[in-house]
Amino acid sequence: MSTLLEGLFNGISIGSVLLIAALGLAIIFGLMGVINLAHGELIMLGAYSTFVVQNIFKLFGDPWFDFYIIVAIPVAFVVSAAVGIILERGAIRFLYGRPLETLLATWGVSLILQQFVRSVSWLLVISLGIFCLLFFGGMQLVKSRTDWQRVKTKAIALLLPLGAAIAIAFYFLLSKNSALSTPWFSSRNVDVTAPAWLRGGTDALGFQIPYARLFIIGLTLLCLLGVYWFLQRSTWGLKIRSVTQNRTMSSCLGIPTAKVDALTFALGSGLAGIAGCAVSLLGSVGPNTGQNYIIDTFMVVVVGGVGNLLGAILAAMGIGILSYLIGSGTLALVLTNLKAPQSLLDFFFFFASSSMAKVMVFALIIIFLQIKPAGLFPQKGRTAEL
Amino acid sequence: MSKILEIENLTVSFGGFKALNNLNFSLDSGELRVIIGPNGAGKTTFLDVITGKVQPTKGRVLFKGKDLKKIPEYKISRMGIGRKFQTPRVYLNLTAKENLDLVCNRKKNVLPTLFGQSDHSEQRTVAGLLETIGLDKRANLLANLLSHGEKQRLEIGMLVAQSPDLLLVDEPAAGLTDEETENVGALLLSLAESHSIIAIEHDMEFVRQIANDKVTVLHQGALLCEGKMDEVQNDPRVIEVYLGEAPENIEH
Amino acid sequence: MNSETGIQTKKRKRKNKVIETSVIIALFIILAVILPVVIPAFRLRLVGRFLSLAIVALGIDLIWGYTGLLSLGHGIFFALGGYALAMHLNLQIPEGKIPEFFTLYGVEKLPWIWQPFYSFPVTILALIIIPGIVAGLIGYLVFRNRIKGVYFSILTQAALLVFYNFFNGQQELINGTNGLKTDTEKIFGVLASSPNAQRGFYVTTVILLGLVYLLCRWLTSGRFGRLLMAIRDDETRVRFSGYNPTGYKVLVFGISGAIAGIAGALYTVQTGIINPSIMQVAFSIEMVIWVAVGGRGTLIGAILGTMLVRLAQTSLSESFPEIWLFFQGALFLTVVTVLPDGIVGWFKDYGSPKLRSLIRRDQPLVTYPSLVEDPEVQQERDEIGGRR
Repeated sequence: MSTLLEGLFNGISIGSVLLIAALGLAIIFGLMGVINLAHGELIMLGAYSTFVVQNIFKLFGDPWFDFYIIVAIPVAFVVSAAVGIILERGAIRFLYGRPLETLLATWGVSLILQQFVRSVSWLLVISLGIFCLLFFGGMQLVKSRTDWQRVKTKAIALLLPLGAAIAIAFYFLLSKNSALSTPWFSSRNVDVTAPAWLRGGTDALGFQIPYARLFIIGLTLLCLLGVYWFLQRSTWGLKIRSVTQNRTMSSCLGIPTAKVDALTFALGSGLAGIAGCAVSLLGSVGPNTGQNYIIDTFMVVVVGGVGNLLGAILAAMGIGILSYLIGSGTLALVLTNLKAPQSLLDFFFFFASSSMAKVMVFALIIIFLQIKPAGLFPQKGRTAEL
Repeated sequence: MSKILEIENLTVSFGGFKALNNLNFSLDSGELRVIIGPNGAGKTTFLDVITGKVQPTKGRVLFKGKDLKKIPEYKISRMGIGRKFQTPRVYLNLTAKENLDLVCNRKKNVLPTLFGQSDHSEQRTVAGLLETIGLDKRANLLANLLSHGEKQRLEIGMLVAQSPDLLLVDEPAAGLTDEETENVGALLLSLAESHSIIAIEHDMEFVRQIANDKVTVLHQGALLCEGKMDEVQNDPRVIEVYLGEAPENIEH
Repeated sequence: MNSETGIQTKKRKRKNKVIETSVIIALFIILAVILPVVIPAFRLRLVGRFLSLAIVALGIDLIWGYTGLLSLGHGIFFALGGYALAMHLNLQIPEGKIPEFFTLYGVEKLPWIWQPFYSFPVTILALIIIPGIVAGLIGYLVFRNRIKGVYFSILTQAALLVFYNFFNGQQELINGTNGLKTDTEKIFGVLASSPNAQRGFYVTTVILLGLVYLLCRWLTSGRFGRLLMAIRDDETRVRFSGYNPTGYKVLVFGISGAIAGIAGALYTVQTGIINPSIMQVAFSIEMVIWVAVGGRGTLIGAILGTMLVRLAQTSLSESFPEIWLFFQGALFLTVVTVLPDGIVGWFKDYGSPKLRSLIRRDQPLVTYPSLVEDPEVQQERDEIGGRR
């Protein structure tokens, strides 16, 4: 019995991480019909932010270090949200109504972010700064001219390559300087040390419950409540919901849809950042961390249906628990104890590894979609499908 | 006269909201029926149910005496129901001729379409249709480049190319100039000689032009009244729905 | 009047066909006959790999460019084809023996899955049919429920991950992560890495690329192709016109999968090894960007895009491996935002009219038919419109 409980608990804690990540994805998808393939990288950025905050707190010494996680969560949220806004303003807003292209564009962003984390160094940051200064500064200068609209394209065509060329030249000139060009993280994984009060666990239900996992579950609940409150009770939440239901009408009523888009994207991305913070407590963090979570997160959205928090919760928990029960072999063990027929046992032992569990869970999802193609809570009405 | 379409106690609800409420309706074959009603009266849902896009919650739809429940849209279409949408929906990246040719294809399964070529009679039908809808000179132009009125006519042409027995036409005059409206009206009337037609329309001028038979008024998902155009026009209930205070306005 | 314009378009079509055929033949001769003589063997192997990737790009173009289905999981079918051929090569050993890697895992009897791959014809059939059927099955399970758009894309991606995990986990069956080597194996008694065998693979690749191109051309030009486009543009309308889109989508997705299988097999023997890393998420999305760069909805664009991107990748990633990912990311972004119709699309819309006006061969403007048929206007056009 306790093995099963333990399995359930671990499954729920996996599902919790998925849920925070999927919440962000689902909100964005619900509002703009955009699937953000860079969502995993936003998770990764959140995890790296936690790592950086942790390192800074290490400098302060012991009593302070224990509380770094309290600071890390908002920092992770803000970092990912900021990147999310840049992504939305810089690329996605040009692609509304073209979801498949958005998929490709966000994939491009995810590649860039992955490589950025691998090779980010002071030198790269400075070069980027130079580029931004040249390009955006130059654009500002040109903007003040009266014939701005006419020379816009020409200005971009001139400033973009020029700025890029100078920045790249700067980068290569100084790349021999090892102090500046040492990567901050490199491509190796980094480890986040949990604060003392999150290490260890308690033996409540006859098995070890790690505090870190309890913390993650608590964090998920907080996020859920926060998102629920924000969407249902705040003015901006109301605006987001109204744009979700009818973009054109909302725009006519004076709701600044562009702002709402950016805000939603920031919220969704920030949630990914918090998910990253949680992920960093579970294991080491690398540039590919996001990729490990992203597809499960997508599946949560597919199974849960769009625009329904309850659907996302159920789907995340279902996928988390199933993956863990099958993958860890818990299910197979429990069945052995129940003296199930040998063929059934063989079947479950065959899938008892985390990678084979993915195979099984995917098969189950496909079967599920045969019964409920639009997810657990499909949208109804004439507008649902065109 | 035999009934081509019968609808019995039809109710459709979307999560508690009844778009259609206990509706009874029947259409004689060869009849041209105009359906009017304020916004949100359930007119489009009504067509959605007939064409199989939406499944009835209660009640049934009989086409030529056959229950349409659980039959997929494409099979209903092959049984002889053609539908024109509110906004013209033609294939924008194909030419007018190709648009018609696709619909005209009589063997619509995968393999015949892959290996088959359009035969002579089909080509003749397409050419004839192009002339009927007045697009013969635009035959090789991408539908994308056609004007709104031409697209409307093309879609009606596509409808006819399907050679259906029952035509469902959703607001064919929307967004057309007066002259174009009259053209479309004449087109519908000539089609009515060989087809049964249900037309949904808001434009009363247009309704008067085409409504030789009965007119049906829908209101809040149910049948309000039915009869000749003059009768309907003077019916106090209809006037109230269209002009009156309508305290229980369910539009959205 | 109408019939006259009909004849004219027919004439133009025939002329275009002649041009197209001659270009294809010329390219074919350059690729298959001249190139093997001119460039060194290892470069040829590289070109052969590119060309096999161009084949899979054609398959992607078929479903994405024409039918509007964005698959992010073509790596599955690519790998299935590659594994099929690699298994055949690994079985070119004395009777009664089993491939060496099996001993690592204590397997003594050849798994039944391997048995059919002793025979070459069966292998060839398998490497086309198995990916085709797997694709068709996945397609059927998804399309019959009208799941489409981004949902379809992320489901194919999930399927890819599943296959990746499965192949990685099956050590006793197909050597797991290590994959199967083909370079050290023999085909028809010749070492697969020998120059002769490689030249054979290369020429086969060129021929198959041509055949697949013709197949796609045939599929997309007739009524079937127009229906695919109709499904892409307005699936609901297609349904109300009496077609069942599911069957069409399943068939075309299956064909695309089979094409990917062929490409995978050719790629494998010209790479020397196949392992599950070919099913990494990134590689399958890359395939899509080749098509996007070249121009989706045009077959030649798919081939062109593949060659260009792969060339850029080889030259860039050799010297600056870091920059390649940045570059690739930027490529995704710019192609999608600035060049949505790809190089070929851009050329058709802007480049070709520009070029024509440079050599003073503008295309006559199309205007309202009433004007076109006005004899006065026609005469004017003949005099000035044609050559400004």
